Amino acid sequence: MLTAPFEYRRAERVEDVIEWLSDETRETKILAGGHSLLPLMKLRLATPAILVDVSALRELQGVQEDGEVLRVGAFTRYVELARHSLINQKASLLSQAANVVGDLQVRNRGTIGGSLCHADPAADLPAAVLALEAQLVILGPNGTRRESAEAFFMAPFVTTLGRQEILAAIEIPLSTQNARSTYLKRPHPASGYPVIGVACLIDAIHNQTIGTARLAITGIASTAFRASAAEAQLVGGRLDAETIAKAASTAAINAPLDDDEHTEYKQQLVQVYVSRALQQVAAQED
Amino acid sequence: MPQVMGQALKRHEDIRLIRGRGQYTDDMKLPGMVYAKMVRSPYAHAKIAAVHVAQAINLPGVLAVFTGNDLKDELGLIPTAWIPPNSDLKMTPHPALAYDTVRYVGDAVAVVIAENPYIAQDAADLVQVDYEPLRAVTNPRDAVGPGMPLVHQEIDRNIAFHWSVGPNLDDVFNQADVVVKQEFRQQRLIPNAMEPRAAVAQYNQATDELTLWVTTQNPHIHRLLMSGILGIPEHKLRVVAIDVGGGFGSKIACYPDEVVVSWAARRLRRPVKWTETRQENFMVTSHGRDHVQEVELAGTKDGHIQAVRVKAFSNLGAYLSTAGPGVPTILFGLIVNGAYHIPQASADVYGVVTHTTPVDAYRGAGRPEATYLIERMVDRFAATIGMDPVAVRELNLIEAKAFPYTNPFGLQYDSGNYQETLKIALDMVDYANLRQEQVQLRKDGKYIGIGFSTYVEMCGLGPSEVAGAVGFQGGLWESATVRVHPTGKVTVFTGASPHGQGEETTFAQIVAEELGMPVDDIEIVHGDTARISMGWGTYGSRTTAVGGGAIHLATQKIIQKAKKIAAHKLEVSESDVVFHDGVFEVQGLPELRQLTFQAVALDAYLAWSLPEGIEPALEGTAFYDPKNFTYPFGAHVAVVSVDTATGDVRLMRYIAVDDIGNIINPMIVEGQIHGGLVQGIGQALYEGAEFDDQGQLLTGSLLDYAVPKARFFPRFETAHTVTPSPHNPLGVKGVGETGAIASTPAIVNAVMDALSPFGIEDLPMPLTPEKVWQAVQQAKGGRA
Ligand SMILES: Cc1cc2nc3c(=O)[nH]c(=O)nc-3n(C[C@H](O)[C@H](O)[C@H](O)COP(=O)(O)OP(=O)(O)OC[C@H]3O[C@@H](n4cnc5c(N)ncnc54)[C@H](O)[C@@H]3O)c2cc1C
Repeated sequence: MLTAPFEYRRAERVEDVIEWLSDETRETKILAGGHSLLPLMKLRLATPAILVDVSALRELQGVQEDGEVLRVGAFTRYVELARHSLINQKASLLSQAANVVGDLQVRNRGTIGGSLCHADPAADLPAAVLALEAQLVILGPNGTRRESAEAFFMAPFVTTLGRQEILAAIEIPLSTQNARSTYLKRPHPASGYPVIGVACLIDAIHNQTIGTARLAITGIASTAFRASAAEAQLVGGRLDAETIAKAASTAAINAPLDDDEHTEYKQQLVQVYVSRALQQVAAQED
Repeated sequence: MPQVMGQALKRHEDIRLIRGRGQYTDDMKLPGMVYAKMVRSPYAHAKIAAVHVAQAINLPGVLAVFTGNDLKDELGLIPTAWIPPNSDLKMTPHPALAYDTVRYVGDAVAVVIAENPYIAQDAADLVQVDYEPLRAVTNPRDAVGPGMPLVHQEIDRNIAFHWSVGPNLDDVFNQADVVVKQEFRQQRLIPNAMEPRAAVAQYNQATDELTLWVTTQNPHIHRLLMSGILGIPEHKLRVVAIDVGGGFGSKIACYPDEVVVSWAARRLRRPVKWTETRQENFMVTSHGRDHVQEVELAGTKDGHIQAVRVKAFSNLGAYLSTAGPGVPTILFGLIVNGAYHIPQASADVYGVVTHTTPVDAYRGAGRPEATYLIERMVDRFAATIGMDPVAVRELNLIEAKAFPYTNPFGLQYDSGNYQETLKIALDMVDYANLRQEQVQLRKDGKYIGIGFSTYVEMCGLGPSEVAGAVGFQGGLWESATVRVHPTGKVTVFTGASPHGQGEETTFAQIVAEELGMPVDDIEIVHGDTARISMGWGTYGSRTTAVGGGAIHLATQKIIQKAKKIAAHKLEVSESDVVFHDGVFEVQGLPELRQLTFQAVALDAYLAWSLPEGIEPALEGTAFYDPKNFTYPFGAHVAVVSVDTATGDVRLMRYIAVDDIGNIINPMIVEGQIHGGLVQGIGQALYEGAEFDDQGQLLTGSLLDYAVPKARFFPRFETAHTVTPSPHNPLGVKGVGETGAIASTPAIVNAVMDALSPFGIEDLPMPLTPEKVWQAVQQAKGGRA
């Protein structure tokens, strides 16, 4: 449990980071909260030659409203996501998900940027950013680009992030700020990571017709995914028992699960957790 | 002077431990210390063709790299220390470093010694080993089959020993009205003490002494075994266990790592430290349990149990560990009748070697494996004949008037009222109403279950005569020296080796009570072969029964001597002196003259005027061999609900009514019970080591091996009855393992009770949600 030798650099400017990342001879890695990267290094599954501490970069900090979006800096830690009043009000789903990541020590260190860039299929936050239809603000040698969360996650531990790119912020549309939401997690008894985590966001109250329905599921497939067919079924309907049951079984049938001896059970979990998440949202309306 | 025994005093040791001021082996820093890293086999079974060390040796900061070949003629083999009688046990030659064959993933083949642990790790990664992988076998039942790869060429069919006890019961079973058969898999568990193992060795050239600081539950056993392996005479070898962060049996064994470190320290003339990683802890520190059991129970239709018969394949891993062979034999086979009057019983045990981590004692050690099978069989029997499991228990539990009770194998159960604990438990859980509630809930599709475990266990390991008879290669008595200092303060030296159980407090309570002095005036010293003459350590819930017994006797010797000195000073005859609450006074005339214990202690040391024939100083030593084992017992009840949508088992209530004899510190007792319950329930619901076909451990980290968390449990409801054990002077029975022994079957019985509407009779542990859900699905499908 001891890392291989590495050099530590503290970045003052984004430009430096981009330049350092271009070094083809020495593997260079960004260090955020370190709660995924350092365990890998201690197991020597990762052996970067240079670690770049990005905690001082202004571009990665802060939470503020910016026109139509809420901008959350990539270096925002879970504990801030969970407590920040703007996030609580405008994107409560993100607070709820952050609040159940790991334990207090993990939440005091881990960052949203680190979690998303690490792209662990068992991470909690991907479900929340998918359901919030967040945009990822990415800095690179060619300036700034934006990408939807949906497109960002490609495969387990693989994103569209280029070798020289840095995730700077996450932009969450304010259009869903008044919607009801919940994040329902089934923690693994050993790791505490989600066996399944369902992020659910619905814009209807009481007997209103559902206009927007978002269901994003993490932990159970090779990447987090949107349960689009189930969402489509919800839109135009009401949050009653029958609709919930239908949506839940649609989500289960369409879930992109690996085919193995656990598939049946995983399908069952998708059905149960989607159904329970929707029931939770429905219960909030009273 | 208020009474100290029986008080819930806070633990003295916690003052340092919870403030980070304890001293664990890894905290040791010695001048010139260097660091060892083991190179371990990634294969469960392979020939070692070559070990290339040049690159590693050339790394700056590396002092040496030693391979199995370097060590094999320098060191003896690591022996097992338990040879069950009439078992035809074959030794499994265990070199400290493997040199021609590796036999489990983690088997060490080389050691790197370097100036710091980082360099040691870097260099270990540079050691290249050419392996020729071979087929492996991991399951004990499979391993005895024809054509299976052999773990040791000299051990036919991988059967290291065959041990049986009890008569042939074919007739009883052939004639019985009811015979219930069931196979159980006692899955393998990984102990996971909070502190991984560590060893630091230092050789002193001036005295030619080697000191080994090591995470052990039994420093004197370590010294004895290490002396033989290292060829260092016992008087030149000192073994010290400072603070030890839990063991649960996994720190009984003598491991290769400390042997290698000791040898290297002498060779290099530098202190050498080795500290296990958590990964290594999973891989190489002994595991527990791992049986395949075929069990049969014979009974009458009206609920009388007539006989129980067990055939067990016990997986001992690649090498026989220090206490490994004793666990599935003596500590298991002799008590398969449990707390019941079962006239006939037999056990037939195959000790099997496989290409897996060695298996040794794990909290309960043998007794959980026995308790599980009999408690589950009682429930299966009850279901078969359509009786309430409580009624079957009431009918078959040993009666209070039967004590001392001799079980079918000759064990003498000491004392108790088993029915009483069951009665209390039934009251606490409100059994009759709960059963009605269960019926009601089932109508709404909700499934709760009630499970019982009316257990007895044997612990307080001793006496030595029995140790010899059962093949334990050591004694099971305990030593104590109680040294009173001139100022009347007291140091107690115990041969027991507590490592988290709290005896620094409970032992002080014993002495404080008997000498009538504050606990703060008493220091308990343990875990150092240079300070303590001899001892056998802490395991088998023996420390208070045997170690505490020794302290009591040593303290009594002191009181006897002090009384003589007091009488001399008071100028009365000894028989006229009484001692209570720390004061000597003349019988019937307390106002005449009094002497405090402290004053007498000073007199003893000044020795200006001692009675004829009395030596100076005030110190008592006792070597106490108990009369027999002790037998804690009790009744546990688990109430669970099963969510059939997810298979989740929720523990709603847990009731533990235990009789552990006299209680010295109720808070510590409570803590021991809680900890034991958590580990026992962990086995039922969460824990289980798994290997793949190649012998790779699939559950090799805390990411996938579920050690239970506090949040998994409701508040435990505990109660006690107190039946003092007649087998030791304190009347204590032992509490370290009861929870782990009793709780596992209570939980599984409860889950099976919940699932009984689906016709599910048994499921293998751990009862994970997926397993439970699959079973329910299957049952539903089968019905439709
Ligand atoms: C005990 C424990 C329990 C945990 N439990 C959970 C859990 O229940 N749920 C869960 O979701 N997670 C859990 N985690 C993981 C935790 O959430 C990590 O904090 C998170 O996965 C990574 O965030 P970080 O800030 O620590 O990133 P780091 O570990 O510092 O980095 C992770 C990766 O992202 C890269 N990176 C970081 N920031 C950027 C950036 N701005 N731009 C580009 N690349 C970047 C790094 O180079 C690295 O490759 C747990 C971790 C631990 C140690």
